[in-house]
Amino acid sequence: MKIIVCIKQVPDTTEIKLDPVTGTMIREGVPSIMNPDDKGGLEMALKLKDEFGAEITVITMGPLKAEAIIREAFAMGADKGVLLSDRKFAGADTLATSNTLAGALRTMDFDIIITGRQAIDGDTAQVGPQIAEHLDLPQITYVEDVKYDGNRKLTVKKATEEGYQILEVETPCVLTVLSSANKARYMSVCGIVEAFDKDIDIWGFEQINVNEKKLGLGGSPTRVAKSFTRGAKSAGQLHEVEPHEAVEIIVNKLKEKFIIR
Amino acid sequence: MDFSLSKEQELFLQMIREFAEKEVKPLAAEIDEQERFPMETVKKMAKLGIMGIPFPVEYGGAGGNNQLYSMCVEELSKACATTGVVVSAHTSLCCAPIWEHGTEEQKRKYLPKLASGEWIGTFGLTEPNAGTDAGGQQTVAVDMGDHWLLNGTKIFITNAAYSDVNIIIAMTDKSQGTRGISAFIVETKFPGFSVGKKEKKMGIRGSATCELIMENCIVPKENLLGQVGKGFGIAMKTLDGGRIGIASQALGIAQGAMDETIKYTKERKQFGKPISAFQNTQFQLADLETKIQASRLLVRSAAWKKDQKLPYSTDAAMCKLFAAETAMEMTTKAVQFHGGYGYTREYPVERMMRDAKITEIYEGTSEVQKMVIAAHILK
Repeated sequence: MKIIVCIKQVPDTTEIKLDPVTGTMIREGVPSIMNPDDKGGLEMALKLKDEFGAEITVITMGPLKAEAIIREAFAMGADKGVLLSDRKFAGADTLATSNTLAGALRTMDFDIIITGRQAIDGDTAQVGPQIAEHLDLPQITYVEDVKYDGNRKLTVKKATEEGYQILEVETPCVLTVLSSANKARYMSVCGIVEAFDKDIDIWGFEQINVNEKKLGLGGSPTRVAKSFTRGAKSAGQLHEVEPHEAVEIIVNKLKEKFIIR
Repeated sequence: MDFSLSKEQELFLQMIREFAEKEVKPLAAEIDEQERFPMETVKKMAKLGIMGIPFPVEYGGAGGNNQLYSMCVEELSKACATTGVVVSAHTSLCCAPIWEHGTEEQKRKYLPKLASGEWIGTFGLTEPNAGTDAGGQQTVAVDMGDHWLLNGTKIFITNAAYSDVNIIIAMTDKSQGTRGISAFIVETKFPGFSVGKKEKKMGIRGSATCELIMENCIVPKENLLGQVGKGFGIAMKTLDGGRIGIASQALGIAQGAMDETIKYTKERKQFGKPISAFQNTQFQLADLETKIQASRLLVRSAAWKKDQKLPYSTDAAMCKLFAAETAMEMTTKAVQFHGGYGYTREYPVERMMRDAKITEIYEGTSEVQKMVIAAHILK
């Protein structure tokens, strides 16, 4: 079985500070990490590999420094890595990103494509589903768990707002995975050492066969009208109490604000 | 000269810091309080290759080197000094002498199980009457023709309560003095071998420090490590390597105490401002930070020399001496900065201060390190 996992390098939002004057994110000095939902997707692929054997390829679009998350994926157990890096890909919105990724994926062999549900820097949750549409593949989003029959059938647990659905799908297909689906494994020491002996394929515009008009800034219909930061309303209150007392405090607060009577 | 971390080292630090933060730190107070060996952590570390970092993959190791190993002990000890020494004693004092002095058969037999962390190792040199004067060994090994017969008691042995394999130093010819000492690989399950009483200690209370007792212990001939009469040299070389591990542990303890102190002095307000705003705090922390960074450079340089197969025993003595004294000073001052709270178990700095003390004592006291350094410069 061949699994491709789409991953993205994102700023670690737990470390992010906002510029108090402009309200924009200060990117300088913020560490970059593998997007958590993507890491959850990679773990799902690694579990399938542990159980059934699989070749896992990770793919990312980004600047050359995005190599770091491919090495990290190697150290966790991924077999191959592809980095899509070209000036022509820069400034992409979700549509141009998914066009670029789909262009690369068309040239590759796979049974399952796994993406994270969404990236913590944009929170759009669009790239995974768009890839499936470009490739005309069945897709299941918000995946929490997957079982494989060893042949072509996947039984998938999909999270919904009310609970979950159990769905069946045949490969090839696209799954978008939640970071809560599983606890991603640590890199192993041996994996880290070997990660730097592996080659990463770096692909540019020439390798993916997609109309240039569909890529990068020029291929991005999204326009940001305005971005702003919501100011903090007031300091929160911390109550360390037993559950029954907590209920009372919350109910009183809600009554105070006339949210309930 | 390049002091920057390699990409491999950066990725390793990312992993070990996350592991220490999520798996080691939450247990540190509990294993200290209960004097409990962190077996669950050892199992997790074994799975990730942490129990055999500097040894080749074909011998069960992770294929790393001493620099990664040193960073590992530092990061673990930042969170929990007990966990740091469990790894250090196992790696430096049991796996390393087999790797460096063992026959191919011994390496094939023992390293895959030890370096993978399936088995836990110890090193038995110290005796009730042979501490710093390690030449005064009273444990005796007699050649019985088809086996060795060992009798004696080793004390203060880290990991002893959970050990599978022990490197035992014993006298094979008393008339030869230190040239009559030999080293043996002794499995805990060998007849006549037992683990004695567990020490109640000031610090590193989870490290299962016990006696090892040999009463007519039968050791196969092929378990002699190195040659007859070369055991003292093996022990001294083993301790040279071990000192990089303990220096890394001391460095981690010092850094852990510094991190706690920075956090606390920024939060704690007296006389209307955080105590970090007082120049006394600032000057003391600046001095301590400088010493911690100096310790780190000494440790990294010693580990690098060992990796390069350059002579490193003086470097190991210097990094251990300096890092241990820095750890003691940093943790003592950390408690002082925390005031009354620092003296309670509500904050980790009192544990760190108790843990730091041993780094000035084991694998050669600070005085022994000075003897090693002086002998080198005055030779």
